[in-house]
Amino acid sequence: MTPALVLPFWAEVLVGLLALLGSVMALLGSIGVLRLASFFQRIHATTLGATMGCWSLVAATVVYFSAREGTLSLHALLIAIFVALTVPVTTIFLMRAALFRARRAGRTDVPQGLSDGPPSN
Amino acid sequence: MSPFLVWSLWTAMGCLALAMGCCLLRMLRGPTAQDRVMALDTFYINGMLAMLVLGLRYGSSMYFEAAMLVALFGFVGSTAMSKFLLRGEVIE
Repeated sequence: MTPALVLPFWAEVLVGLLALLGSVMALLGSIGVLRLASFFQRIHATTLGATMGCWSLVAATVVYFSAREGTLSLHALLIAIFVALTVPVTTIFLMRAALFRARRAGRTDVPQGLSDGPPSN
Repeated sequence: MSPFLVWSLWTAMGCLALAMGCCLLRMLRGPTAQDRVMALDTFYINGMLAMLVLGLRYGSSMYFEAAMLVALFGFVGSTAMSKFLLRGEVIE
């Protein structure tokens, strides 16, 4: 098993505060997903957990394992970098799909595309 | 491990479980298919964060691998479902 679970006091306080901050951010984003009115408002709320929540929890993990092992251990940053690379791709893709489907359904409260707008001449 | 750290990690776990519950409710309720896909996307991000908190609580780096796998497969799944919503096919 792991050698000793004794951390300095400042590291424990820092890890606890960062973990609380990250999970409260994720909770706020998910409440937004549940409570906001339309899809195009809700998709803004999903990014709270993916940015501030993810980075805070990864920072807590880095501080915890660095303080426990005495060396700088940055392997948890891989998760944050991976999420920072992939979540915008998914969000833009989903947004395009939702816009496409809203236009196909004939909704008039979404912006029209540049190519299929009303004819200008 | 001090009582403050234990308390804050369990509170973080509770917040993330509540967040996953909110996403689950939106996934079950969501009026359109894209709402459900978006709720699933947020759901797996929250699950990955819960894995990180569990890794902190038990001081094990095994949970890190699990969180990495959840992030990887969640991205693949969300992208495939977005593609399906856009075109009606995943691989054309």
